[in-house]
Amino acid sequence: MAAQQHKVLPGFHLALGYTLVYLSLVVLIPLAAVFIKSSALSLEEFWAVVSAPRVVATYQVSFGLSLLAAAINAVFGLMLAWALVRYRFPGKKLVDALVDLPFALPTAVAGIALTALYAGNGWLGQYLEPLGIKVAFGPLGILVALVFIGLPFVVRTVQPILEDLDTELEEAAASLGAQRWQTFRLVILPILLPALLTGFALAFARAVGEYGSVIFIAGNLPFVSEITPLMIITKLEQYDYVGATAIAVVMLLISFALLLLINLLQAWTAKRTGRNR
Amino acid sequence: MSQNRFLARLIGGVGLLAASLAPAFADTTLLNVSYDVSRELYKEINPAFAAQWQGKHREKINISQSHGGSSKQAGAVIGGLEADVITMNQAPDIDILVERGGLVAADWKKRFPHEATPYSSISVFLVRKGNPKGIKDWSDLARPGVAVIVPNPKTSGNGRYTWLAAWGYALQQYKGDEVRAREFVGKLFGNVPVLDGGGRGATTTFTQRGVGDVLVTFENEAVLIDKEVGGGQFDLVYPSVTIEAPAPVAVVDKVVDKKGTRDAATAYLNFLFSPEGQDIIARHHFRPRDPALLKKYAARFPAVQTFTVDSALGGWAKVQKAHFADGGLYDQIAARR
Repeated sequence: MAAQQHKVLPGFHLALGYTLVYLSLVVLIPLAAVFIKSSALSLEEFWAVVSAPRVVATYQVSFGLSLLAAAINAVFGLMLAWALVRYRFPGKKLVDALVDLPFALPTAVAGIALTALYAGNGWLGQYLEPLGIKVAFGPLGILVALVFIGLPFVVRTVQPILEDLDTELEEAAASLGAQRWQTFRLVILPILLPALLTGFALAFARAVGEYGSVIFIAGNLPFVSEITPLMIITKLEQYDYVGATAIAVVMLLISFALLLLINLLQAWTAKRTGRNR
Repeated sequence: MSQNRFLARLIGGVGLLAASLAPAFADTTLLNVSYDVSRELYKEINPAFAAQWQGKHREKINISQSHGGSSKQAGAVIGGLEADVITMNQAPDIDILVERGGLVAADWKKRFPHEATPYSSISVFLVRKGNPKGIKDWSDLARPGVAVIVPNPKTSGNGRYTWLAAWGYALQQYKGDEVRAREFVGKLFGNVPVLDGGGRGATTTFTQRGVGDVLVTFENEAVLIDKEVGGGQFDLVYPSVTIEAPAPVAVVDKVVDKKGTRDAATAYLNFLFSPEGQDIIARHHFRPRDPALLKKYAARFPAVQTFTVDSALGGWAKVQKAHFADGGLYDQIAARR
């Protein structure tokens, strides 16, 4: 009874069928509805909506700050994952659980808490504002909120890879005369890079779509601290459903392009380090 | 062909019969879809009306409430939320139900007294205790160095009324000179350091975060703030002239005809205009229509010179287009900041 393919478990067709139906129901059909709704606009109208100067300013804020936040999370998330995997310290389990908190917390709560903290009369804000650092009600506040909500993604994607990574590899590198920095850069980082990029992509995607927490801390000033999701909400409030979906389409396209780019980069690094399957 | 039509009539007839009989068997339930800050008001209105209805009709009536941002709420009704009545704080949120899907008849303003507005509120200032910046009138809000907290006029009815109040004041001040009025509201909104999405957000920014010298909001909200969070931290300031924001109500015709609840829904809205309903309204710091009650609560409602969108600014349709549509006055001024 030789199977056509060398698979231990049967059910390939069933699984693929379920995958396609599930993906269609949950992702593709709602997204298609967005595209169809926006097609009620002529091409010029569509362009006029999505290229209005105020809307363009929000693309810069949303995508720029999301990339920056994801980059910050990549660096510090890696450090956190490292500390959690490689060291033993009292309260480690607690710290490990804390990492997931931004997942569980309603984003509005996070936004209000961060605003209360960083406003001019808040615990941190009262010391920062005299130094000329205005966090709440400005772009910096948006960045803080996006870093907060994106943190778990990098930690949770890098952590399992680090756990699999044998310390013997480092010992071998050291015994072959590698310096510490060389060991990190040439041995450890290439192995972690695909996971790190995945974490980066997830944190970025989450940040682009974030509304609840940002809206409280942003200050929402036109051309300064308005995010693209706010533009969509603004259109909806004015019953301009078509205009709202037009902006949503642009957001989707930019996000998709960026995520594709990151995935390609990830595939390339995986191949280069011989981890592709 | 005719057989089909007969069948359709039969089904329609049976449906109508069932609809008209339904209230006799089951309790009537009304859904009131409303805006954000009317929650406490209707919490008191509903039992009072239910008691009255039960006394008259010997049947129980249940009233459910739904609250949220007014445009979102109207959007939900368009989307199929079966509201028997809709109670809002600005006419455009009911007009949209006329335009989209014909849920409400076009003459809804004529169905109830006072253009179907049982009460109104006015835009006032809340300043920090002792009024350190000496804020007395709209012109003080446009002064350099004064930080004004206002919700976003694009997303909030409260913000829209503030914008229009400033605009109306400027038109009066500069004798209809729109160029100077534009300059004035530009300066005023240039003094806004934070634009919250809604009225409650602006309240939080002003009271909890300590941002701004003055909060512009509705009288009922300002009084509530003073009561709930104030503890003597704030002073209420009435400007020389301000905008009156009438709160419109309407029966959602398509829904009540389908559910057979027209009588109850109409009675519910009429209750708002009755002395009992007006008294509850006044106790919640909304300005009632009944002159006797205005007199009774004169201490709560100081006489202020007011204008409305219809009386001074040419109606909502015009205002919406000139001020708040994309590329309108608000966008132009925002772009120049």
